[in-house]
Amino acid sequence: MKPVGERVVEWTLKGLAFSALASLLLIAVFIFMEGAPFMVRLGVKDFLFSSDWRPQEGHYGIFAMIVASVWVTLGAMLVGAPLGIAGAVFLNEFAPESVRRVIKPMIELLAGIPSVVYGFIGVMVVAPLIREHLGGAGLSVLAAALILGVMILPTVISISSDAIGSVPRSYREGALALGATRWQSVHMVVLKAARSGIAASVILGMGRAVGETMAVIMVAGNAVTIPHSPLDSVCTLTAKIALEMGSAVGLHRQALFATGVVLFIGIMVLNGLAMAAMKKRSART
Amino acid sequence: MRIPPKASQAIAVALLGGATLLTLAVLVFVIVFVLGKGLPVINWAFLLDVPREMGKAGGIFPTIVGTLVLPLVAIAIALPMGVGTAVYLTEYTRPGRVTSVIRFGTDCLAGIPSIIFGLFGYIFFVTILRMGWCILSGALTLAIMVLPTIIRTAEEAIKAVPNSYREVSYSLGATRWETVLKAVLPNALPGIVTGVMLSVGRCIGETAAVIFTAGTALRLPDSLFDSARTMAVHFYILAREGISNENAYGTAAVLVISVLIVNSVSYWMMHKFISGRSA
Amino acid sequence: MKFVTSVLLAGVALVVMTSGCGRKAETAFTVAGSTAFQPFAEKLADQFMASHPDVNITVQGGGSSLGIQSALSGTAQIGMADLVILPPEASALTPVVAARDGIAIIVNPANLIKTLTTEQIRAVFNGTTGNWKELGGEDRPIRVVSRETGSGTRSSFEQVVGGISLLREALVQDSNGTIRETVANDRDSLGYLSHGLLNAKVSAVSVDGVACTADQIVAGQYKLVRPVYLLTKGAPAGAVKDFIDYILSAEGQDMIKQDGLLPAK
Repeated sequence: MKPVGERVVEWTLKGLAFSALASLLLIAVFIFMEGAPFMVRLGVKDFLFSSDWRPQEGHYGIFAMIVASVWVTLGAMLVGAPLGIAGAVFLNEFAPESVRRVIKPMIELLAGIPSVVYGFIGVMVVAPLIREHLGGAGLSVLAAALILGVMILPTVISISSDAIGSVPRSYREGALALGATRWQSVHMVVLKAARSGIAASVILGMGRAVGETMAVIMVAGNAVTIPHSPLDSVCTLTAKIALEMGSAVGLHRQALFATGVVLFIGIMVLNGLAMAAMKKRSART
Repeated sequence: MRIPPKASQAIAVALLGGATLLTLAVLVFVIVFVLGKGLPVINWAFLLDVPREMGKAGGIFPTIVGTLVLPLVAIAIALPMGVGTAVYLTEYTRPGRVTSVIRFGTDCLAGIPSIIFGLFGYIFFVTILRMGWCILSGALTLAIMVLPTIIRTAEEAIKAVPNSYREVSYSLGATRWETVLKAVLPNALPGIVTGVMLSVGRCIGETAAVIFTAGTALRLPDSLFDSARTMAVHFYILAREGISNENAYGTAAVLVISVLIVNSVSYWMMHKFISGRSA
Repeated sequence: MKFVTSVLLAGVALVVMTSGCGRKAETAFTVAGSTAFQPFAEKLADQFMASHPDVNITVQGGGSSLGIQSALSGTAQIGMADLVILPPEASALTPVVAARDGIAIIVNPANLIKTLTTEQIRAVFNGTTGNWKELGGEDRPIRVVSRETGSGTRSSFEQVVGGISLLREALVQDSNGTIRETVANDRDSLGYLSHGLLNAKVSAVSVDGVACTADQIVAGQYKLVRPVYLLTKGAPAGAVKDFIDYILSAEGQDMIKQDGLLPAK
């Protein structure tokens, strides 16, 4: 029989242990409670597939915002994924230990720079360059993709670098013993063995890009249209919520929460994919 | 496959190295850009004076206070929850359905974007609990946001404590809780502190979740029930409203320096912790 | 033991949390709403608190709709709204006009266009006019920059000009400052902002032949004008009334005039 104190502690700890789960449920419940009834009343189809967003006139369609989020995220992946994976491979497989020791922490510091600072640099540096050399307003899908691509680099680099680092040394040695060059052993053996971890890093990076708000508000221009070119200005789901939340009341506010529901579901799907990829890796190794 | 293996290796290394250099160049550019424009603005008066005319003139003192207090309160709330969770997961249960459910919840929470935390904090703490925009509303929201980080790092740190420590403690007749308190937690402390520092870094840089919960009042807060503005929010407002680009750069520089210091310290601690363990 | 203490602390935090963040003293109140009037309210509040050390005023932004909403819900004791027409739900509040503000139509200084008619402005914002050539300028596309839905400046602009359904391609910026920056940096753009925030980086066009100057606005000649309302639930009383009286006093109105807004009367 355990002493009473011990049992109290155990129950307290058990309670605390559910705090993260409880918070998650609480968040889900409140976002859905505010947003889901509205979505059902308006019609899920009308809400998701109309791109007519004029709250004053009662039109709430978020299709343009969904498309914008997809474009911006894919653009960010195009920038961030190759750069990030290349960086991880280089640091793990080719850079001397001393170089890695210096560069890896520096890159991880990138993650600490606040998103408003990235957004500001987007406005002051990236957007004017695009406007002058490529045309358009400058505040565009391209600008957002470039800024977000840089912002997700630390996520992609650190997770794929962990995945590459956890590939057993014997795999590389086997390949080298068969007469492969270093690069052959990397791209034929190491990258294959680490691919689900690398996939997870890219998916988590996507999650970060979809969810980023302040930087996107600053650089994407926020026009509620379906973009025809990377130089068009767009308004993502997150930007729409943050722009109008401060002043929204009634149905308009519910519509923004419903937008939050869509975002929440999208992020959960991405997280689920990333978790599945990670699990595959740990199950195999 | 007509390119000889040696040549393709050379090309690959050049490309990969180039990509890494590009990443580094961006990092250096961001930091040089912000510090280059911001450092000339910073002096004691800028740091210690109150803002005048919405921040057009004067300093940023209240926002520094806001930036210190908000993460501190958030950590004070998240730390017991996070460390408690980690202790429970590692010392009180074996991996099973319960732990995997908790872990799933933690991983999901980690992936939620800050704007969703902002929405939740606004509807739950500010509106439903009628707390209004105040430091406590903001800190509670941030606490939930950083909870996964604290849980994960604490868990790793506790797992890294050698089992022999626990065995010695049990052999001396200690209960499980006494063992946790006297043998496990003290040895996991550096790892836990690392998690705390990482969380502080994230709170300092956060904007979207803070604006909707802690508000944007520029006055020095008197209590946790006052609204406060952090440096990140102040920077956003200064830059967006075009109030003063000069002070915006100054604020950004102080902000970036603080985040870099916090992250460097946590990185250094983590490193020391890991090498201390393996030695 | 440290751990137990922190658990206890968390408990205390929870108790405090559920008991709510009520304002402690009767002399503390919150002013929230219009971002255009926020800087003025900040400054006025600072001056007022200097002479009334027992009063504690918190000023929040958030936009005009939020100002109305928080005055209704009691989150704020004074809501600030800069709207030409107050929405129906505001009828439960007592409005006082604290100041007036002109809305300037701005273009890049490099733009040849110096004057526009209301008709032309409407056509541009609706998207039926898309090239500066149609307005007598160069053969370049017009890039429209507007404020976000819910902004008092935007509602007022759309109410005064009338018949606007903003074209979808319009850029949306969430503050006067970014509207100004965008127009200052992009020679093809057209936007609008509070008259008090004009500077040399942008130029204000005349509307229907009347220049956007303080004199013309005060004289009632310039058309795009909106009032700044302070809204209270019931008639203002106590410190709230003192503060509103201070804003309406000669000293308060002077301060408003100095920084680019126009006095209430």
